[in-house]
Amino acid sequence: MRDLLSLRETSVEDIRRILETAANLKEILSRSVKKVPTLRGRSMVTLFYESSTRTRTSFELAAKIMSAEAVNIAVAQSSVTKGESLKDTLRTLQSLTCDCIVIRHASSGAAHLAAQFADVPVINAGDGRHEHPTQGLLDILTIWEHKVVGRVDDTYPGELSSHPFDLSHLTVAIVGDLAHSRVARSNVWGLTKLGARVRWVGPRTLLPAHAGRLPVTVHTDLREALEGADVVMVLRLQLERQEKGLLPSIREYARQWGISPRTLSWAKPDVLVMHPGPMNRGVEISAEVADGAGGIRAGIENQVTNGVAVRMACLYLLMGSGVAPSFD
Amino acid sequence: MKLVLAGGRILDPSQGVDREGDLVIEDGRIAGIVAAGTGRGEDVRDVRGRLVTPGLIDIHVHLREPGFEYKEDIESGTRAAAAGGFTAVCCMPNTNPAIDTAAVVRQIIERADQAGSARVYPIGALIRTMEGGQLAEIADLKAAGVVAISDDAFPIQNAETMRRGMEYCAQFGLVLMTHNEEKALTAGGAMNEGYAATLMGVPGMPGVAEDIAVARNILLAELTGCRLHLLHMSTARSVDILRRAKARGIAVTGETAPHYWVLTDAACEGFQTNAKMNPPLRTEEDREAIKAGLGDGTIDCIATDHAPHAPYEKEREFDQAPFGILGLETAFPLAYAHLVQPGILSLSDAIARMSTVPARILGLPGGTLAEGTPADVSVFDLDAEWTVTPDSLRSRSRNTPFLGWKLRGRAAFTVLGGRIIET
Repeated sequence: MRDLLSLRETSVEDIRRILETAANLKEILSRSVKKVPTLRGRSMVTLFYESSTRTRTSFELAAKIMSAEAVNIAVAQSSVTKGESLKDTLRTLQSLTCDCIVIRHASSGAAHLAAQFADVPVINAGDGRHEHPTQGLLDILTIWEHKVVGRVDDTYPGELSSHPFDLSHLTVAIVGDLAHSRVARSNVWGLTKLGARVRWVGPRTLLPAHAGRLPVTVHTDLREALEGADVVMVLRLQLERQEKGLLPSIREYARQWGISPRTLSWAKPDVLVMHPGPMNRGVEISAEVADGAGGIRAGIENQVTNGVAVRMACLYLLMGSGVAPSFD
Repeated sequence: MKLVLAGGRILDPSQGVDREGDLVIEDGRIAGIVAAGTGRGEDVRDVRGRLVTPGLIDIHVHLREPGFEYKEDIESGTRAAAAGGFTAVCCMPNTNPAIDTAAVVRQIIERADQAGSARVYPIGALIRTMEGGQLAEIADLKAAGVVAISDDAFPIQNAETMRRGMEYCAQFGLVLMTHNEEKALTAGGAMNEGYAATLMGVPGMPGVAEDIAVARNILLAELTGCRLHLLHMSTARSVDILRRAKARGIAVTGETAPHYWVLTDAACEGFQTNAKMNPPLRTEEDREAIKAGLGDGTIDCIATDHAPHAPYEKEREFDQAPFGILGLETAFPLAYAHLVQPGILSLSDAIARMSTVPARILGLPGGTLAEGTPADVSVFDLDAEWTVTPDSLRSRSRNTPFLGWKLRGRAAFTVLGGRIIET
């Protein structure tokens, strides 16, 4: 595995390997001195054509904790504004001898294009509507902690053998603007490869035309989709969807598909609610749920922490020796 | 000056001829077909084992000159045409400046006479680009030498505009060649709206956008009496609609390009920009319907929509890359392998769809080896095996999804008005 471009193209063995590595590396994040020398002398460049504080900072911290150099290209101030092509930008970064390129871009397939021109590993940090593999992985890690191990912790000594990454007893409902969601796509592949049942639910106008051919069941009725769900993943609704004629109003969306204590009651009592962030309170998620009902607060914060752990694992596996460390 | 192409298999669908013989050409015209070995002339070429046909005619080509010569120009484009076995092409008006004034028509004709390896027939624009939606001076364009009118690349969205455009073309007996796309449905799309697009997270262009425009244009053609020709047909439903229109006696014809009977939208997987064109590659069901449409004659002819783009233009983000692929140099072997060999079309029929029929649709000379007609001839090696590589192509550009494909069948050379063209 040279690159991490999509969970669709990542084998289930590699997915498990990344998650196991992340579960092990997570312990470092609870130390007072969060530093290991593992990737010393290596450099990671983040090339973010779309703005992001969360993901970019997460990658930067992950690299620095592992002692790698982290360089960020501020695209808005780079020669991309002079019209420099992605190909030329990639070739330049390579000649600057970095060891790994992390790219986020508004065009689906941009990470694949980057991987074509790069001789070093490329990590897709989100390409258009296509995939966001590290987000999918951190979501799975979070689900594993809550639903398989049964607790959220800093370390999992010996847990991995008794709690493998097998989600076949779980039903996950993903709610919202699925047509435009790269997070939803990555999650479909990651979750189903580990055995989970996945449901997609949202307004018809925000469901991809051929969603039914993916390994998901497709719903427009929220109650139907939430019944018996162990996990509800709430996607952010971009407010411009209403301007584009895809929705009559935000109010109607919130009433029909919003996650509130009322609608959440249709799922299992111990349902885990997740959100990739940032949240629109009162739109896809009610303020009550966002701020405490259903244990969601713990879920979201944990997603963010797991994000750093997952990215540490990816950087380690792609830039390091490639052999998963043994912590037992 | 007599030129003899000796000993080949002479296949002329226009005369129902398919036999071994010598083709005799004198002073740039076909003198006749004689028994093999009996042809006499100053220049005798041995074409035993080869196929000799009327010169192929591609009525849908983008030569990019004037304005985009870095992608292709008349010289390189006609050389690519000749390499593909074409002796004539019709060039689309989306140049810069567009073919919307007589001056540009004359410029193209002159350049082709100077530098061309094939005949070039300009197609005029329906709407003037500079004047914000006004009809081009079509009478002027016709007098200057355009052979048809088209809205290719700028498909007319307004039904009233299309109606008036058709009425105007009809009075001059000009065929209107339409790019059929309801752009409200395809806005932002980069490939067919199907499973492949869902997997790739790429905005899609539903097939129904083409079907709606086809239906509208046919109905308006019926109303106005304008002769309509549907460009680059790609969907099953549009073939259906065309079939029913013909059954009702409406004067409409249709064409399709090789990529629609060879590939589907799966060819885009991996974000392959060399599989990106408009209309896009569609589903397996559409592909089968296109083949059936060719087989039963609903789709009249084959035209490549040869659309060169520079490598750096295609080596970019999938949604940003321009639409279009090459077609001239791979058309014949793809017709041979995927239409003739599986028995969808006879070899004679396939040749007819690429020569006699397009000539008839636009009223062009050619598509025949009848005595006295201009000697435009194609000579093919049916058994020649070759691989499509960047070096094997004569076009200035390289944007074809068939790079790396092993093909069988290739043009050996063409004859243009009695002059041998080697590429």
